[in-house]
Amino acid sequence: MLWEALGLGLGYNATLVTLGAAMLGFAAGATGVFLYLARRALVSDAIGHATLPGVVLGFMVMVALVGEGRFLPGLMLGAAVSAGLGLWVISWITTHTRLSEDAAIGTVLSVFYGIGVVLLTLVQVMQAGKQAGLETFLLGATAGMLRAEALMIAGGGALVLALVFALRRPMTIVAFDPGYAQGQGIGLRVVDLAMMGLALGITVIGLKVVGAVLIVALLIIPPVAARLWTERADRVVLLAGLFGGLAGYLGAAVSATAPDLPTGPLIVLAGFALFVLSLLLAPARGVLAAALRHRRFQRRVHLRQGLLALAGDQPIYEPLTLRLMRRAGLVRGDGVATARGRAQAARARLDERRWQMLRSLPEFEAAAARHDGLSPLDEVLTPDQIAALDRRLGPDGVA
Amino acid sequence: MGPEFVMLSLPPILIGLCAALACALPGNFLLLRRQALIGDAISHVVLPGIVVAFLLTGRVAAVPMMLGAGAAALVSVLLIEAVRRLGRIEPGAAMGVVFSAMFAGGVLLLEQSSASGVHLDVQHALYGNLESLIWFDGHGWGALLDREALRGLPPELLRMVAVLAVVALFTGLFWRALVISTFDEGFARTLGLPVRALALALVAMAAMAAVAAFDAVGSIIVIAMFICPPAAARMMTDRMGTQVAWSAGFAALSAVLGYVLAGYGPLWLGYDNAVSAAGMIAGVSGGILGLTAVFGPCRRGGAVVV
Repeated sequence: MLWEALGLGLGYNATLVTLGAAMLGFAAGATGVFLYLARRALVSDAIGHATLPGVVLGFMVMVALVGEGRFLPGLMLGAAVSAGLGLWVISWITTHTRLSEDAAIGTVLSVFYGIGVVLLTLVQVMQAGKQAGLETFLLGATAGMLRAEALMIAGGGALVLALVFALRRPMTIVAFDPGYAQGQGIGLRVVDLAMMGLALGITVIGLKVVGAVLIVALLIIPPVAARLWTERADRVVLLAGLFGGLAGYLGAAVSATAPDLPTGPLIVLAGFALFVLSLLLAPARGVLAAALRHRRFQRRVHLRQGLLALAGDQPIYEPLTLRLMRRAGLVRGDGVATARGRAQAARARLDERRWQMLRSLPEFEAAAARHDGLSPLDEVLTPDQIAALDRRLGPDGVA
Repeated sequence: MGPEFVMLSLPPILIGLCAALACALPGNFLLLRRQALIGDAISHVVLPGIVVAFLLTGRVAAVPMMLGAGAAALVSVLLIEAVRRLGRIEPGAAMGVVFSAMFAGGVLLLEQSSASGVHLDVQHALYGNLESLIWFDGHGWGALLDREALRGLPPELLRMVAVLAVVALFTGLFWRALVISTFDEGFARTLGLPVRALALALVAMAAMAAVAAFDAVGSIIVIAMFICPPAAARMMTDRMGTQVAWSAGFAALSAVLGYVLAGYGPLWLGYDNAVSAAGMIAGVSGGILGLTAVFGPCRRGGAVVV
């Protein structure tokens, strides 16, 4: 069942929904990168929650006008209007009052959401609202989604993605360095508006699949995961898109296998799993890589200290040092230095003496700043410089 | 204000009031420390804790659920810290990653377990059920003096009062230390104040208030009360003590007015069904914030004076 779902073998509608969710996830991941880089990731939480009153009001208006309110584009329009209002309120609060953006986000999020819930309880007692199923907009549901709706979600995702592609340069520059962007003649307000508009678009499109409460995850988790892998903005965007798309695909496919597996949470958890993998495995910033780096550093420190001890004819007691030196063939099993060990120890001692001399000389101040007690001096100085240093050290390496 | 009021409306109003105050008090400090969204995060992560507690004990009981919620809040704080440090990720995004994933896990568990059948459903968690907290023995005002009837008060009320008392006591006892460490952490450190312990205790207080309030009134009120009353109070004054007083007043006003508008407003307009009280309380607090943001004497710039 699961493999069929992953292989898109569960019928036309389920396949369409899965592909739509993947498209949505891709677009959301790519869009979220710019919010994350601009350190405004949590704005998307406010956007998500702020859609609720619009959805319900849209429903009520449509019921009043045509008697039927379950028309997705109409609900999405309502969601876009109220989320847009929420964004405007956030920006008004941050520019016109002393409150910071996080407080503005929190107020908009809670107040809009509260008003949405009030409206929702109003609708639930309306005759037409009984089976409206508007609660599914809170947490998303793809069960019983119409073909046209799935197509619209995929199409909307593709549209947002195209816009992200077109606007990626100015958005990247603004996210990294607003001052420079202004110097380049890029309108900060326009780009900001575009960025928020794209996030809003994703939210509105994803409402039906992921729901108002969890849409924030789709905009945050893939970019954060992607950022762990690379330092280049364009690659972060691509990777975040891939992660988001994969999360959408996996989540929707798994949820199609059983009736009581909600789509939104599954997509979010798939994204979170990708994030955890990234956190562990990413090459430069990952936990595993950091642990390896730490071990390598530890080995170098222990070997260096062991060699200096050998050179000074001091006994080595530290078990890890002994083990490392034995494995490197520098000492024998009983702790006595081998020929190779003695040679390297002498070299380490000379290196240490050179460093000492170097640090006492003002003309080597720049090189002395690179002293870490580990790096061999020939990585820092040229052979000529070392020769100059050695002349001061005297013939047998004694100052 | 007849006997019906005492039975149906008095307990929810009191519970709402206590929940609002218990959240608004630590909210003042969180707002100034730019940690306002902690309330948002905590109220999301509480859900998986409650569901896991339910799955472990198999029944809807308050104590294990609150323990579960508290544990979940703790786990989330540790996770956020771990994600932030291990991945060198900015705090806001780390928070977003952790709380949305934990909330998704909670929803999934809830839908999977039989829990969705009992009173524990997602909607209850999201917008609470203030209206259901009825005092069956409250036949008229006289019941307030009747020991037998008082025993029948909703247990949420006692818990909320206790939590409010603890939060108020904490704020009162550590007032100077909290204020100093909020405004000038370096100065607080030179005075020898335990800055980190204070910050942790503050978050713990917030978590306790959030967990207790979540159980009684749902997450909307929690998020709204952490932020809106303190934010509105910030527009009214530059002095910390006055700000806390204003925020308590705004929180109380939101709770009472919100409940009354939700319960009786529709009746005045000719409808015969009440709307969500939790949502309305959040709405009223937003309205208050809106008014203070436009007319408040200290709505712009400037620092707070102790």
